[in-house]
Amino acid sequence: MTPVLELKDAAVRYRGTAADVVADVSLAVEAGESLALVGESGAGKTTLLRLLLGLARPTAGAVRFDGAGLNPRDREQMRRFRRSVQCVFQDPYSSLDPSRRVGAIVAEPLRSLGLDSRSTAAPKVAAALERVGLQADAVDRYPHEFSGGQRQRIAIARATVCDPRVLLADEPVSALDVTTRVKVVDLLAELKQERGLTLVMVSHDLSVVASLCERTAVLERGRVVEQGATSQVLGEPGHPYTRRLIESVPRLPV
Amino acid sequence: MTLLDVRGLTVRTDDGRILVDDLSFTVAGGERLGLIGESGSGKSLTTLAVLGLLPDGMTSSGSVELAGTQMVGAAERSLTGVRGRDAAVVFQEPLTALDPLMRLGRQIAEPLARRTGLTGKHLRGAVHQALEQVRLPEPDRIARAFAHEVSGGQRQRVALAMALACEPRLLIADEPTTALDVSVQAEMLELIDGLVREREMAVLFVSHDLAVVSRVTDRVLVMKDGRAVEQGVVHDIVRAPRETYTRALVASARKLESALDLRSAP
Repeated sequence: MTPVLELKDAAVRYRGTAADVVADVSLAVEAGESLALVGESGAGKTTLLRLLLGLARPTAGAVRFDGAGLNPRDREQMRRFRRSVQCVFQDPYSSLDPSRRVGAIVAEPLRSLGLDSRSTAAPKVAAALERVGLQADAVDRYPHEFSGGQRQRIAIARATVCDPRVLLADEPVSALDVTTRVKVVDLLAELKQERGLTLVMVSHDLSVVASLCERTAVLERGRVVEQGATSQVLGEPGHPYTRRLIESVPRLPV
Repeated sequence: MTLLDVRGLTVRTDDGRILVDDLSFTVAGGERLGLIGESGSGKSLTTLAVLGLLPDGMTSSGSVELAGTQMVGAAERSLTGVRGRDAAVVFQEPLTALDPLMRLGRQIAEPLARRTGLTGKHLRGAVHQALEQVRLPEPDRIARAFAHEVSGGQRQRVALAMALACEPRLLIADEPTTALDVSVQAEMLELIDGLVREREMAVLFVSHDLAVVSRVTDRVLVMKDGRAVEQGVVHDIVRAPRETYTRALVASARKLESALDLRSAP
């Protein structure tokens, strides 16, 4: 089966710097197999996510979408791509436009992809908000009226309103309190289950990764040091860096 | 001996909203207390009130006695001696806690000079030692660097060195590892634990993460909406939480953790 998204020997080097920030990265996102990118600050997780989102282009290697090279100049391909691949960011305070009502925010992908008019978008927006557990009257309110967890739900509603196949999420729960975090993890698990959504998640939180992703790739200084089934990578880590990450997770006293 | 005695502490905004409500707790010399709660629970405001550092528009009432000095309603001038000497603080975000325009060595030298009266070569030696204590590699390079030139974990070590430079009797740590990567966090917790033990320093450790708190403190006070929900020995509270809110908090933490255990099973 052709992977939905694929990185092939991808490297990124920022202008004016001597070294690649990520190098030789090959990853495949298959439908129904959620993938976690794990690593610490500066490991290149967000750079990889930018590649997968088509926001950055690799300086070497390739990004493929449905088997074809991703080309930002190909408007027809980009339209299909944006419809299939949506994203949720870490900070629910900066990722929602404070001056727009929630209804308009959530409808944005439908409008900008030319899928719907204002009137045909409304029922889809209502359904998306309901799926993430928000009341229907949320459409008339502004982001500041919601808590961090609720805002992240709004961001998830916006990302899923056009029925994408893949949801790219950059640390989607790390800004949230632990009780809220559990609820948002449950919501993402539900969307995977019920809507067949495939997650690609960047996270440094291994317990969240273990809760949501079937596959894990571990990044250290821009290179993938280990990848495979999450149970394998986190259960029997082969690389010393992975072992160190797992041992560092603070645990509750038993 | 009681080092910090908080009785009926209440923090109000000028428009009358109550953010910390009738909070009471004590920290004895050398004892470690964790304040745990979610965003908006009032845990950080409590630490600011303890130091007499509440922002404009907020007032505290009740009683906060820090090493015998009443902090509530005291004149700013009488508090400057208390801060640093009796209690020093490490904040969550080291980038905002450090002066971006001053070399790190000078930032540590200031409190050191004030306490010890050292100057010149001797002061430089003490700075070097302070940086070594928090296990920073190449202390001389770091002393010459600016905050943006070192990593987040190194910045937080510098902030810790600054707080320890005054040899306070109480170290207040407000989410000191939240902005750090998990392996850096583990090192930092171990470092705080060790340094505080050597100095028999008391600790008030603020965090939203029960597992992190349990690494450093013996007792914990759980806060919600400005009130104390429950307090006791960390291990007891984690094993057998009495209040509904604490139970939810522990259950959430356990649930995330169990995902890791399932995957780790052979």
